[in-house]
Amino acid sequence: MRARIIKINGPVVVADRAETLKMNEMVRVGGNKLIGEVIGLDHGEATIQVYEETSGLKIHEEVEGTGRLLSVMLGPGMIGNIYDGIQRPLSELEKVGGAFIARGVEAFPLSRDHKWSVKLLKEVGDEVEEGEVYAEIKERGIVHRLMVPAGISGKIVKKVEKEEFTIDDVLYILENGTELGMYQMWPVRIPRPVKKKLPSKIPLVTGQRVIDTFFPLSKGGTAAIPGGFGTGKTMLQHQLAKWANADVIVYIGCGERGNEMTEVLTEFPELVDPKTGKPLMDRTILIANTSNMPVSAREASIYTGITIAEYFRDMGYSVAIMADSTSRWAEALRELSGRLEEIPAEEGYPAYLSSRIAAFYERAGRVITLSGEEGSVTVIGAVSPPGGDFSEPVTTHTKRYVKCFWALDRELAYSRHYPAINWNTSYSGYVEDLKEWFVKSVDPSWYDYRSKAMELLAEDGRLQEIIKIMGEDVLPDMQKLIVGIARMIKVGLLQQNAYSEIDSYCPLDKQFKMLKIIIDFYEKAREFVEKNVALSEILKGSVVSKLMRMKEDYKSAEELEKLEREVHEHFGKLEKVYKE
Amino acid sequence: MAVVEYTGVSSLKGPILVVEGVKGASYDELVEIESSGKSRVGKVIMLEEDRAVIQVFEGTADLDLPNTKVRFLGKPLEMGLSSDMLGRVFDGLGRPRDGLGELISKEKRDINGSPINPVSRVYPRNFIQTGVSAIDGMMTLIRGQKLPIFSGDGLPHNELAVQISRQATIKEGEFLVVFAAIGLRHTDAEFILSSFEETGAMKNIVAFLNLASDPVVERIATPRVALTTAEYFAFDLGYHVLVIMSDMTNYCEALREISNYRGEIPSRKGYPGYMYSDLATIYERAGIIRGKEGSVTQLPILTMPNDDITHPIPDLTGYITEGQIVLSRDLHMKGIYPPINVLSSLSRLMKDGVGEGYTREDHPHLASQLFASYSRVQDVRALASIIGEEELTEIDKAYMKFGEDFERKFLSQGVDENRSVEETLDLGWEVLKDLPKEELTRVSKDEMEKYMKGAIS
Ligand SMILES: Nc1ncnc2c1ncn2[C@@H]1O[C@H](COP(=O)(O)OP(=O)(O)OP(=O)(O)O)[C@@H](O)[C@H]1O
Ligand SMILES: [Mg+2]
Repeated sequence: MRARIIKINGPVVVADRAETLKMNEMVRVGGNKLIGEVIGLDHGEATIQVYEETSGLKIHEEVEGTGRLLSVMLGPGMIGNIYDGIQRPLSELEKVGGAFIARGVEAFPLSRDHKWSVKLLKEVGDEVEEGEVYAEIKERGIVHRLMVPAGISGKIVKKVEKEEFTIDDVLYILENGTELGMYQMWPVRIPRPVKKKLPSKIPLVTGQRVIDTFFPLSKGGTAAIPGGFGTGKTMLQHQLAKWANADVIVYIGCGERGNEMTEVLTEFPELVDPKTGKPLMDRTILIANTSNMPVSAREASIYTGITIAEYFRDMGYSVAIMADSTSRWAEALRELSGRLEEIPAEEGYPAYLSSRIAAFYERAGRVITLSGEEGSVTVIGAVSPPGGDFSEPVTTHTKRYVKCFWALDRELAYSRHYPAINWNTSYSGYVEDLKEWFVKSVDPSWYDYRSKAMELLAEDGRLQEIIKIMGEDVLPDMQKLIVGIARMIKVGLLQQNAYSEIDSYCPLDKQFKMLKIIIDFYEKAREFVEKNVALSEILKGSVVSKLMRMKEDYKSAEELEKLEREVHEHFGKLEKVYKE
Repeated sequence: MAVVEYTGVSSLKGPILVVEGVKGASYDELVEIESSGKSRVGKVIMLEEDRAVIQVFEGTADLDLPNTKVRFLGKPLEMGLSSDMLGRVFDGLGRPRDGLGELISKEKRDINGSPINPVSRVYPRNFIQTGVSAIDGMMTLIRGQKLPIFSGDGLPHNELAVQISRQATIKEGEFLVVFAAIGLRHTDAEFILSSFEETGAMKNIVAFLNLASDPVVERIATPRVALTTAEYFAFDLGYHVLVIMSDMTNYCEALREISNYRGEIPSRKGYPGYMYSDLATIYERAGIIRGKEGSVTQLPILTMPNDDITHPIPDLTGYITEGQIVLSRDLHMKGIYPPINVLSSLSRLMKDGVGEGYTREDHPHLASQLFASYSRVQDVRALASIIGEEELTEIDKAYMKFGEDFERKFLSQGVDENRSVEETLDLGWEVLKDLPKEELTRVSKDEMEKYMKGAIS
């Protein structure tokens, strides 16, 4: 006796005669075989969340168990691909349904025709353990390592030798009969195991000054980008997906715009990864469950994405995952919770919102993998607070679990200060952890210069309050200087146009040089102000406007040395004039 | 599918009706409800064992429990489509309203549509010249974009929408306009339609009218009916379609009302938690599809309750659309038309559709400079209101002058004034002359030399 539908409420369906179904089992619902997942079992009735549009479904249609948990298929063929929230390749869906997404389509996540040349690393008689790499495949930008699934080990009794393999092929057979093939399955809601978690000591370099220099993120770290609509969350996520020095990028468009995914699809193959010289698409995996696609698949997309990220981490790679937007995922939770008639906590969100957010960000980390390699998953989540108000539940709960908080500000966005990261309300909890790395790899005085700049910005914040009421003219020269330097930091350094060919990505040494030039300029100018030289005299000449535009006019740290010399000469001349 | 009929219903509440003893009904199915010779339509919104919960588009007024007949039609809410719809006026459910007879249609489509597969989309890049400087210069409309107008009660959003749809030109010819009135007052709908008639544009328009006096629940269907039509003309017949939907606020009110009757747990201000997803199923129906000729561009209009941009209706809209055109009461009171607040307005697709090869090479930098300078004007004005204008520094005084000129010369134009994008850009440079050159950090020296003639230094 098969389970059958007795209630249909949007994406939530209840079936009776469901004794044989398991919690979180994937099921096929109704005659169209819509894909669903069991999310509750009670007295022989199963509550099922359906990942496709349920219109047309009828009472007493059958529900069929598949015997496995909602899982992803992990193997070669994911890179450069774009999936929906439950890992169906969108291009396969297009083949079946055309430009509009059809329902009930089962699409194999990995290409079944593609022929891979595989380097087999083990021999008959070898003992293999869980996590151990048994074969390698060159897949676009990376070496794809096939690993013994968790919980499996044993002696190899058979090795299959072939020129080329397809995804369904078996490579090895173990003594106990277990086959090691080209892919493995993993249930999305369960974190993949690791040997050990490590502290974060290496930055994820993003080429964005306000991040790397002021609010850095570490590999294996967590960051949130909260901001009202149009403040630049997606732009920033795209910038990070383009320029962050990770080996693999997983980008989840979770309940956002279709055109934004199309943009990535058209742009990334054309762009070159500054690190490897290969097209950016060669390290990118996209998951798109746009705002108009079914909500329950939106809920799943986050887990699909992070499980794929963990899989590449387990090969020893640094992976960065972007989720745009986690608020839409939380709203999907809320909607499903409402349909389940659960008692809501704050603003209609279920009481488990906080623990779900925590569990998601907890899957980030720098780790030693089962095979003893070092890998990391860095998680960057956008948050879309209603009305741009950060006191709402998703933002406040997220804030508790992330260490970087890049707060986007509507006022800054309105005045076209991009990225609109507010330097007063943002923070990074990694600065101390990463200090050693920056000091060693960028410059011994990196930390001091950064602190000085932060101090100036804070002081400027106080002065701006006065300026608002009385105007800048009332300030003494020393304070006017601070305001001027802060403006230089804001316009010259913090603002970074994503569309600029030169400035879209700014290398660390250039970032530091820019910072140094501004701060050195300040220190020098200060000396003259102390000697009662008029500020207007100190700031005279073309050098100030050169500082304002240095990001665009000087391509590299080396080129900036010229400007550094000019600043030096500027003060040299001033010195001469005032000695006399 | 066989049509099944039931007589007698078990509950009526607001627009919601419950029938029991139902067999074989399907979720989202269309139903016909008949009582004392009058028929209305509804759809199944929940099924539980033999109970079907139905939402009635025309409301349940006048129905009774024993005699109401419910017929399950075995299909979703569909509408007939044909190229003969051009020049015609329909009601909010797509039935002729102009007395010109029934439509003979070859095509029938589910009004809910289906999501466009992101891999099948073409990223929109083609500039639409609206002839309105604020828009063309600073928040360029792109073909296939969804760009709403955020307005307020009594502001001239209808005038602006009419002006845009009359003047909108693209390289490849003309637009076809699909107009959806959602809970509009009769006079507003009349104004819009007669403006089209006057210019002879009526033969290029398909109108769907749900007026303020029409059933509230019908408003849920109106934008979907309009977009199904737009998609048909765009993707089947190859037209470039501009869809104007006014007023989306009325749509959201209808959504709230139904949610309320269903006893759902509300989120902010009583609006349902799924309003974001629901609005997305409307707004995401804009775009261009690979291999198809036409395009759907959306210009939804909404009035912000209390002029509050953080209200859930503009807020959730802004989170879905590709920017927004915000009208300002202050500018309107100053007598400036169109009263567009450029700082809070945005076109996200502008970046890829302006500049060399699209409009003019100086466009991106010039727009960025105008934004930066005008945003500074706000600070200076705030200061001036405290310390008095005479006390301002020379630079700040220059900004005051620039602010005035920007609003009076650049923003301001007549309702019939159609400016080319070159005129708009030249005007932009013209008003920037008020500022000293050193202040213009976002434009290059070359651009200044080439386009800003006779500037002070
Ligand atoms: N670094 C940047 N450089 C240039 N422009 C930017 C930058 N960041 C943001 N912008 C501008 O801001 C606009 C809005 O940004 P974006 O689409 O990322 O906002 P968002 O926060 O994701 O909004 P939503 O929540 O509605 O998705 C962009 O279209 C672009 O014009
Ligand atoms: Mg976004």
